[in-house]
Amino acid sequence: MAALTPTVLPDVGAPAAPTGRPRRVRVWRGIVLVVAAVYFLVPLLASFVFTVNDPVQGFSLDAYGEIFSAEGFGQSLLLSLGLAAATIVTVLVLTLPAMLAVRLSAPRLRPVMEILCTLPLVVPPITFVAGISTVLRWGPDYLSTTPLYQTFIAVQNPAFPVVLVIADVVLALPFVYRALDAGLGAMDVRTLVEAARNCGASWPHVMFRVVIPNLKSGLASASFLTLALVLGEYTVARLLGFQPFSVWIVTISGANAALSVAVSIFSLLLTWLLLLVLSTAGTRQRSGS
Amino acid sequence: MNGARVEFRGLRRTFGTTVALDGLDLTVEPGELIALLGPSGCGKTTALRCVAGFESPDAGAVLVDGKDITRVPANRRDAGMVFQSYSLFPNLNARDNVTFGLRVRKVPTAKRHARAAELLELVGLPSQGERYPHQLSGGQQQRVALARALALEPQVLLLDEPLSALDAKVRVTLREEIRRLQLSLGITTIFVTHDQEEALSIADHVAVLKDGRLEQSGPPAEIYDRPATPFVAEFVGTMNHLPGRVTGDEVEVAGQRLPVHGQRPDSPDVDVLVRPETVLVTPDPEGEAVVVTSSFRGASVRLRLRLAGGTEILADLPGHDAARLAPGEHARVRLVERPVLVAPRTAAVADAVPAAG
Ligand SMILES: Nc1ncnc2c1ncn2[C@@H]1O[C@H](COP(=O)(O)OP(=O)(O)OP(=O)(O)O)[C@@H](O)[C@H]1O
Ligand SMILES: [Mg+2]
Repeated sequence: MAALTPTVLPDVGAPAAPTGRPRRVRVWRGIVLVVAAVYFLVPLLASFVFTVNDPVQGFSLDAYGEIFSAEGFGQSLLLSLGLAAATIVTVLVLTLPAMLAVRLSAPRLRPVMEILCTLPLVVPPITFVAGISTVLRWGPDYLSTTPLYQTFIAVQNPAFPVVLVIADVVLALPFVYRALDAGLGAMDVRTLVEAARNCGASWPHVMFRVVIPNLKSGLASASFLTLALVLGEYTVARLLGFQPFSVWIVTISGANAALSVAVSIFSLLLTWLLLLVLSTAGTRQRSGS
Repeated sequence: MNGARVEFRGLRRTFGTTVALDGLDLTVEPGELIALLGPSGCGKTTALRCVAGFESPDAGAVLVDGKDITRVPANRRDAGMVFQSYSLFPNLNARDNVTFGLRVRKVPTAKRHARAAELLELVGLPSQGERYPHQLSGGQQQRVALARALALEPQVLLLDEPLSALDAKVRVTLREEIRRLQLSLGITTIFVTHDQEEALSIADHVAVLKDGRLEQSGPPAEIYDRPATPFVAEFVGTMNHLPGRVTGDEVEVAGQRLPVHGQRPDSPDVDVLVRPETVLVTPDPEGEAVVVTSSFRGASVRLRLRLAGGTEILADLPGHDAARLAPGEHARVRLVERPVLVAPRTAAVADAVPAAG
């Protein structure tokens, strides 16, 4: 589902098609739309038919019923949502002030920041997780009573593996950076910040009353991408031995073919629903003002 | 609201190798409107930002009422600023924009709304409080920005080319309104502009900057009539450059001897700087000057004449006097008897400078 998300993104908030375009453009647009729809919808429909087509009863929604009763469903879903929320908050708290500071007072560091934030795209997750697990396994005995060791243990708590949040933050950096950079570029940050400072606003006030309200759509798309990424993240979670939703799907689907497809469709719909909620939350303010 | 005295003391600010301010010294008296005038890149905005606290000088100090505020953070300074670009908060309507600063200070809502109504009335937008910035015209946005800058009753008002994005007509009305407001509030105002007409028409004092340094400061009439340096003369208004020859305290130019004002260069061959309105032209078929072009500018006419030696000179005269001076006509040219500025001879330009005027 992570692979699908980018194609969902650009549609959000796209302006309504102006009327009176040349005929040929409209025809082409229609063709592209139909091709894309066929490409996406046919596999979806086929999967759906497969899940509801019972050889004995004909039509049955049993496969979907089974999802909810399957062992570990609620737990892993909640874990994924919790990880997503924690990742979104962490990555925004880290990047937004940093990006503002670079834009306002050290524009020359911008390329450095850009490269740093894009780096995770270049490192394959498998390399990344190999590094993480090596570090986590490293723990000489003489350190066993130190806070460092305890931290290592604490971040791997299976109920809420903080280490996954850390990994997801790194993986989300490139997307968050792009989204926020576009948002900041669209507003005249320097002038707005200076105008607010001139009115006596402290830095936190500038942040919460001026920057964030005017960066709604950038923040929404950043959260949006992070959410999709965390819900779909498999490699790191699997190799570190945790069981968020994506890992659970794979585990559960081995046994029952209909169930596994039903779970995929369900997770797709769930992700779309969450993205829809996020994107409307981000854009409503705009049209309202 | 009463104005404060603002002093720039040896202000210096460099960006890499660019020297934006190079020891700027300037004092603005309480309640005065001073115009910072100068060519693009001479450091006007930088000087203003040092007062607002957005720029910290490498050396020197900014004093307000004798207190050194150079290290005070921007949000604790008592100066309202209107920016060159549109700076209203897009997420707030005009009323909330105006009262942003009051909200920061936790003034109760009812009081804020009353104050917003008062300020919007003051800037001539009494019924636009509910509008958002994108629903306001450029001129209206700058009025709201002005109201916002005045909301906290600052001691100093800083205006960074607030009118440069507006069309000519709005610019003239708005600058007069700014002046009217400034006079009635008695607030010390620093007005940055590169439009010399704007500076001359509304300021009590004009400070001309060049390369980060003060070139001359004085009342508009003095700047215009007695520019201290050729740079100021050139920048403010239009100037003729006529070849002349210095002898003693006088200079010989166009067949006349005029007293020299200000510095004189080492070489006796100089350019004499003469304003077009101090050139007297009388129609005379025997005259040695020939009218080359004549451009009508409403109240006056600007003539370009060729003198006997081939030098061209610009002359301004009242519209009705110019009827008999069509291109090709002969005329006599005299300069008003008054001290003139001289500058080292610029080799190529023996011609009048068609600068903005
Ligand atoms: N943040 C900055 N970084 C680098 N150089 C700067 C910066 N701000 C200003 N400068 C340079 O300092 C000089 C003075 O700039 P300043 O903005 O004060 O000019 P100005 O007089 O306001 O010009 P204008 O009339 O074009 O607005 C310019 O050469 C400019 O390039
Ligand atoms: Mg400027």
